[in-house]
Amino acid sequence: MKYLHLIWAGLFRRRARAVLMLLSITVAFLLYGPLETVRSTFSNFGQSTAGHDRLLTLSKLRPGAPTLPLSLYQRIKSVPGIVNIDYACAFGASYQDAKNAFPLETHTAAFFDLYPELELAPDARAAFQRIRTAAIVGEGMAAKFHWKVGDKVPLQTSEQRKEGSTVWTFDIVGIYRFTDPGMKVWENTVYINWDGFDEARLSGAGTVGWYVFRVADVRQADNIAYEVDALSANSAHETRTQSENSFSASWISELGDFGLILTSIMSAVFFTLLLLTGHTIAQSTQERIPEFGVLKTIGFSDGAVLSLVLSESVLLLLLGSALGLAIATLSVNVVGTLLSNALFIQLQPIGGAVWLRGIGVAILLGLIVGALPALRGLRLRIVDALAGR
Amino acid sequence: MTFITVSRQISSVARVGIATIPKRLGASAVVVVGIAGVVGVLVGLLAIGEGFEKTLTQTGNDRNLIVLQAGAHSEAASSLGRETLAIVSQAPQLRRDADDRAMISAELLVGASLRKNATGRESNVALRGIGRQAWALRPQVKIVAGRKFQSGLHELVVGREVRRQFAGTELGSTLTLQGQAWTVVGLFDSGDAHNSELWADTDVLGPAFRRGNGKSSLLVRLSDSNALGAFKSQLSTDPRLRVDVMTTRQYYSRQSERLAGMIRAFGVTIASIMALGAMFGALNTMYSAVATRAREIATLRAIGFRSVPVIVAVLLETMLLAAVGGVMGAGIAWLLFDGFSASTMGSGGQIMFAFDVSPELLRNGLLAALSIGFAGGLLPAVRAARLPIAIALREL
Repeated sequence: MKYLHLIWAGLFRRRARAVLMLLSITVAFLLYGPLETVRSTFSNFGQSTAGHDRLLTLSKLRPGAPTLPLSLYQRIKSVPGIVNIDYACAFGASYQDAKNAFPLETHTAAFFDLYPELELAPDARAAFQRIRTAAIVGEGMAAKFHWKVGDKVPLQTSEQRKEGSTVWTFDIVGIYRFTDPGMKVWENTVYINWDGFDEARLSGAGTVGWYVFRVADVRQADNIAYEVDALSANSAHETRTQSENSFSASWISELGDFGLILTSIMSAVFFTLLLLTGHTIAQSTQERIPEFGVLKTIGFSDGAVLSLVLSESVLLLLLGSALGLAIATLSVNVVGTLLSNALFIQLQPIGGAVWLRGIGVAILLGLIVGALPALRGLRLRIVDALAGR
Repeated sequence: MTFITVSRQISSVARVGIATIPKRLGASAVVVVGIAGVVGVLVGLLAIGEGFEKTLTQTGNDRNLIVLQAGAHSEAASSLGRETLAIVSQAPQLRRDADDRAMISAELLVGASLRKNATGRESNVALRGIGRQAWALRPQVKIVAGRKFQSGLHELVVGREVRRQFAGTELGSTLTLQGQAWTVVGLFDSGDAHNSELWADTDVLGPAFRRGNGKSSLLVRLSDSNALGAFKSQLSTDPRLRVDVMTTRQYYSRQSERLAGMIRAFGVTIASIMALGAMFGALNTMYSAVATRAREIATLRAIGFRSVPVIVAVLLETMLLAAVGGVMGAGIAWLLFDGFSASTMGSGGQIMFAFDVSPELLRNGLLAALSIGFAGGLLPAVRAARLPIAIALREL
């Protein structure tokens, strides 16, 4: 640490060059922050700890389409080992502009017992059950569209009302958020009261998109899933029951190989950065060879010179990465917004884990780009160095 | 000063600059590689959107119309009753074939769960029930192996991409769907999104998938293209019908625009941020290039060279490096990604498509490279032209 001043002086020996280098590192980590967040969101998909004891029952032929009869409710409920049960439909909606699209889900009151990770004020919960046009919205959405409790919001949807309109007006009774990070991605959803929806829709009244229930004993989940599917075997509406997590995981894998695309982009960014910074640091070391000679003459060991050069590059990478990650964290998450609009999911803000990994990558890159110049510094013979050879 | 003098001065300064690039190989390589990275990522990402869009838009044309349930955004979300089929088939505007049958195909889209070779996981594939006229309505669809299915039998023909990516779809194999055995009797190639589908007889598929006589969509062709207005108004004024009509070109471009637009916006955003980083790298390199040549440039100016030729020459040198980087990046993207096959979730099932690195994309990549080169070279060029001659000449 006592050499920090020396390292700093070496780094900013040519200010313009150091600043430009710092800026390109900043840009690289400005990209790394959101991309890594998206990547980890996708790879954590279907790993929600809260959802491990929840099962979903969907139509086997048209998963998610509202084709299951409501009559199945009592029959599934009577299967031993099932604790809470809720049914739902989902469709698309948008607010003001078709670009502001998000999913709309209709649920019964049992929804809140099934999803304790959904945080909502108790009076909002009561209002959701009581008011037929009730809707609760995610924290982020409320901020984005300037919604508050008590607002009446008209939403353009893909579902027709009895009078023929596709615009549904809801009363916002509460603002919710998910406490489980694995569920955070669904915070972009508007939840509405089932009864109000079922009465008002033009077609399909009494049909359900999916059932969701909790099992008392997770070890029994496979048996229970089998029993539930047996209820509608050979009927006109056969079902497929699976755990919520495996459902999410297969959904995301159907979408495409995001992990590969994002990792490729990040590799391209860092490879470019490696060459760029590596070369500039090498150049800066080359120019200072006589100075290193002086250092060695006054008693610096080979190892000390080596670590001086290495510390310089690591410090540079650390500064740049911290700056880039900070800007990425503070600024609006552009990449995240683009993706969340398209995929209907809410992305998490850049969190501690991404910061940690980012700093780790920075130190690693710093060591790599500093290695060659540092070795050069280590092998210097004083006579040659002083002569500038 | 005449134009000829200026260009002669530019060319002599630029010649020296370019001739000395090998001496500054490391620094120059930084510009080239940095810009190649940007262009590679830009072209690669845009090729995904381009490929997806091309596959879908090719599927539609202006001659074929699609009839969907009113308000349905996709075939998978649309359901039409038997009555609708009966009424629409009677429309006088429909084209008739040689045997005087109306050119209409009642189609039913359902999902089949097949195992993907790459992941070993079950994925949804669209299974399309088609009517007798469907082959005439889609002349681009060619049977490349085996034969067409026979009406009334549990037989399937398989799209080329489905055959490539899903297990158990080879000619002669049997697939169990809805507890019934279906035999693969043919392989077709349409060159478009239909390659991601399985086809069967619509009248066999409905009952097998418990959809009865319900259909998803009707594919029709009119006697002439001017009849579209009359056809549309006839369907919309009939109180028994609640349908939307559009050309298949409109339908398929609507299916692709959202995802393609999203990928494009994503690619451009990422590449712009990367370009900023590459520009800083280019600035760095060119500043030090100008610094090493300070004495030489000062000498030229002392013997009468003007500022403008010096600026232009330094810019030319940067943009030459940028162009090399652009060509490299675009070339790598083309080699790696052109034709790379990928798939994503469509409304009816997986849609398989190939990345498409089009000449237009390559041109845009090169343009992006030149812009970065220009932005990164301008300030160093001005610095070179402004160096006080006396000081620069004395510099070591």
